[in-house]
Amino acid sequence: MSGLLGKKLGMTNIYDAEGQRIVATAIEVGPCKVTAIKTLEKNGYAALQLGFQEKKEKAFSKPEIGFFKKNNLPCYAVLKEFAFPADDSYKVGDDINVSFFTEGESIKVRGISKGKGFQGVMKRHGFGGVGGTTHGQSDRLRAPGSIGSSSYPSRVFKGLKMAGRMGNDSVTVHNLKVLKVNAEKNVIFVKGCIPGSINSIVELYKK
Amino acid sequence: MISLHELLPEQQAKIEMPNFRSGDHIKVHVRVIEGDKERIQAFEGDVISIRGGQENKTFTVRKVSSGVGVERIFPFYSPKIAKIELLKEGDVRRAKLFYLRELSGKAARIKSKKS
Repeated sequence: MSGLLGKKLGMTNIYDAEGQRIVATAIEVGPCKVTAIKTLEKNGYAALQLGFQEKKEKAFSKPEIGFFKKNNLPCYAVLKEFAFPADDSYKVGDDINVSFFTEGESIKVRGISKGKGFQGVMKRHGFGGVGGTTHGQSDRLRAPGSIGSSSYPSRVFKGLKMAGRMGNDSVTVHNLKVLKVNAEKNVIFVKGCIPGSINSIVELYKK
Repeated sequence: MISLHELLPEQQAKIEMPNFRSGDHIKVHVRVIEGDKERIQAFEGDVISIRGGQENKTFTVRKVSSGVGVERIFPFYSPKIAKIELLKEGDVRRAKLFYLRELSGKAARIKSKKS
């Protein structure tokens, strides 16, 4: 699926034609540079490798610098392949900017959600807790309850929902409407929220 | 970092707003769309709270309408606001006047500022 790389800038409000306030997320999109082209003949699939966010050369190893130098490209912190259709419309070194997206279209955004640390089952899986504080019961309000039966199966099933690390997962949000495209500042505004914190890298996919 | 507020210049107040504060008595002219017609409706009352900053800034106006307290929260940069009139400047000691909700009648009045 064709798409671009971006950076989450934060959330704000946008007023529509009727004056209704819409909650929106601002994303800095590109401009992404085409750093490599994968072709059906050579690689077995068609894709463009895009680079985003320039970084100083000293942050890279020699083989990495060599890869960028080969095509006279600046060094990019983020490289990611997107499945663009196989045609010759893009060349290595081309910029793809925010006007790739149009106002009103629905897009898909993937990012890494904020890490929440080690969390209990109520927050992590939406359990209700073990209710009741009477009959001598205490310290059970946020407990998971029973984790299985006794003699059969005499074990705990794999994948049982328990407490543990939460967040820091790859999360995709579908059908986000593009409310506004600011081509001058390379920023788009989408309706609603996207995963991750401010300044985190996100992938934006065209439908 | 880019200021999000600056990215949306068209949203910053298009209308001239008086510089009002908590405790002031104001009249907000609100655009109301009924069917395909648009008219202006006024909401007159005391400002009891101003909160937020930049594009999230809102103010709350409280009035007592036939014995019932009515509060309305307006975003500062809402295009629905056609005009704001500052009718009376109030003399209050607090930024948030939520204590007015507990009071009624004469006790719920706000002193006028001596100029």
